[in-house]
Amino acid sequence: MSGFLVRQPGLLSLLHDRGRFGAHKLGLTTGGPLDSVAFDWANRMLTNDVNATCLEISFGGLVIEAQLDTSFVITGAEAPCKLNENLIEQWYTHDIKPGDKLEIGFASAGTRCYLAVTGGFNIDPSFGSSSTVLREKIGGLNGDKLQAGDQLPCSSKRLSAHCYLAAADRPKYSDFARLRVVPGYQQAEFSPLQQWRFFNSEYRLTERCDRMGFRLEGETVHSDMVGMLSEGICHGAIQIPADGQPIVLMNDRQTIGGYPKMGAVIPRDTATLSQLSPGSRVRFDAISIEQAHNIHCLEQARFERTSLQSC
Amino acid sequence: MRIEIAGQNAFIVYFAEQTSAAVSAQIQAAVTSILATMPDSIIDLVPSYASLLVIFDLDRSDHFAVKQQLRAALTNLEAVDASAGSLITLPVYYSKESGPDLEAIAANANIDIDDVIEIHQQQEYRVYAIGFAPGFAYLGEVDERIAAPRLATPRQKVPRGAVAIADRQTAVYPAISPGGWNLIGLCPTRMFDPDKTPSMPVQVGDRIRFSAISRDQFIDQGGEL
Repeated sequence: MSGFLVRQPGLLSLLHDRGRFGAHKLGLTTGGPLDSVAFDWANRMLTNDVNATCLEISFGGLVIEAQLDTSFVITGAEAPCKLNENLIEQWYTHDIKPGDKLEIGFASAGTRCYLAVTGGFNIDPSFGSSSTVLREKIGGLNGDKLQAGDQLPCSSKRLSAHCYLAAADRPKYSDFARLRVVPGYQQAEFSPLQQWRFFNSEYRLTERCDRMGFRLEGETVHSDMVGMLSEGICHGAIQIPADGQPIVLMNDRQTIGGYPKMGAVIPRDTATLSQLSPGSRVRFDAISIEQAHNIHCLEQARFERTSLQSC
Repeated sequence: MRIEIAGQNAFIVYFAEQTSAAVSAQIQAAVTSILATMPDSIIDLVPSYASLLVIFDLDRSDHFAVKQQLRAALTNLEAVDASAGSLITLPVYYSKESGPDLEAIAANANIDIDDVIEIHQQQEYRVYAIGFAPGFAYLGEVDERIAAPRLATPRQKVPRGAVAIADRQTAVYPAISPGGWNLIGLCPTRMFDPDKTPSMPVQVGDRIRFSAISRDQFIDQGGEL
C-alpha cells in the first residue's frame, strides 16, 4: 500500500495511536504519545478519529516523500519544517502530492513533533494498538523505530478546507515546568521533612530521560521503607530509588516495580515534561485528587471549545 | 484491605502486608469481581504479590464513583481456592553449561548441584505477578535453601529461556535482556510469543512445576544454546 517513503528516519521517529490498554496482564506497557496534548490536536485538526495513528518525531531529522495526495499537519515542538525546500507553518494543515518531500528539522523549543495525515497511518494493531514500544519490539512497523526505506501506508484523502490553531491557543515549550502531583502510593513512608524537601526543591532533567522514565537530579529524598513487594506502576508515578533521585515513569514504563513512590504526576503535566530537554528544571506541586479532576475537566472543556481558524 | 490513591486515574488496593497463596487467590477473586461489575470504567488492572493496581478511564468515570464501585466490588469476595489455577509443567535443561550460577548456589547452601536441581523441581510454584517485561512471570516461593540474592553486577545479556532465582522468587526470562537473577538452567518453552494465541503459556494464579530434561531433549524442543 502506498503512502509515504522514509528517506531519513530522524533520531527517533515512532508510530503511535493513543496507546495499548488492557494488556498489562501480559506485562505489556502502554506506549502511546508522550505529549498527548499535541497528539490530540494533530488528529483533531484533520478531523481524524481520536485514536488515529500518528508519527511521534523525537528531536527531529525526518525526511519523507509522499506517494499520494493527502493532507497533513505537524504539531508539537517547534522545528523548521519544509515542503519541497520551502518553510511551512506548524499547527496549519497542508496538502501534499506524489513526489513532494517533507522535512522536519531539529527541534528548537520542545523535543517531540507530531505528524498526522488524514485518516491516520494504516498500521495493523498488535494487542489492540499500533503504538511502537522498542523495548518490547511490538507495534509500529515490526516493533521498530522508522528506518530509511520504510513505507508508511495511509489513504489518499485531501481535506476540503484547511485550518490552523491560533498561536495563543498553542502550547508553549520552555525549559522550566511546574509538575502537579497527586500524592499517593508510599507517600506516607516519606517523613514530613523528606516530603518538604521534595516539594520545595528544584530538579534538573538528566541525560537519562527516555520513553520509559525521566531521571531527575537535585535534593535527595529518602523513605523509611526497608524492602517492599513489587506492585503495579501507573503513568506518571514518581519512583524514588535508594540514591534518592526521583524518576518520573512515562509511557513505556515497566508495569511493576519495587521502589517507593511519592505519587504520580498528572498526565497533562507528563505531556509538558516530555517536551523538556536535559538540563531543564522542574518543580513538583502537590494537589488534591479533587483539583486533579478539576484540571482534567477544565482542560477537556477548553480543548472542545477552542475553535480552529479557517485559512 | 486498604484502597489508596496511585494517581489521577488509578487506585492501588493493598490486600496484605505480606504475600501468600491465599492473598494471591483473594487478589484473583478481586480481579474477577471488578471486571464483572465495573467493566466500563476500567482501562487496565495490574495484580501483584499483595496489591492490585486499578486504572480507570477519566473520560467515562471519576475518582469518587470508581472508589464507590471498587468498595462494592471488593466486599464479600467469593472465596477462591488457592490451588484452583491450571497446573503447567515447564521443562528445564539444568546444567553448568545452561545455568552458570548453579555452582555458586550449591556452594552457598553447602549442597551438591544435583540437590539444587532436585529442590527446584520438588515444589509447586504460584504465578504471583506478570510484569516488568512482556511474559515475565514471578513465581514463588523458592525453598529457602536455594534462595539467592540478586547478583551485585547484573549481566548485560541473559538468554531467552533462562531459568533464574532471585531471593525466594524464580522465573523464566521471556526474551534476551539484561538481568541480575541467578541462572540455573534453560527452558525451551517460549514464555511470550506475540504471534501465538494465547501469547503466554501461563497466567497469574496458575501453578507451575519444573521438570528436568536432557541437553538433547532441550535441543529437540527448540532450545538454543
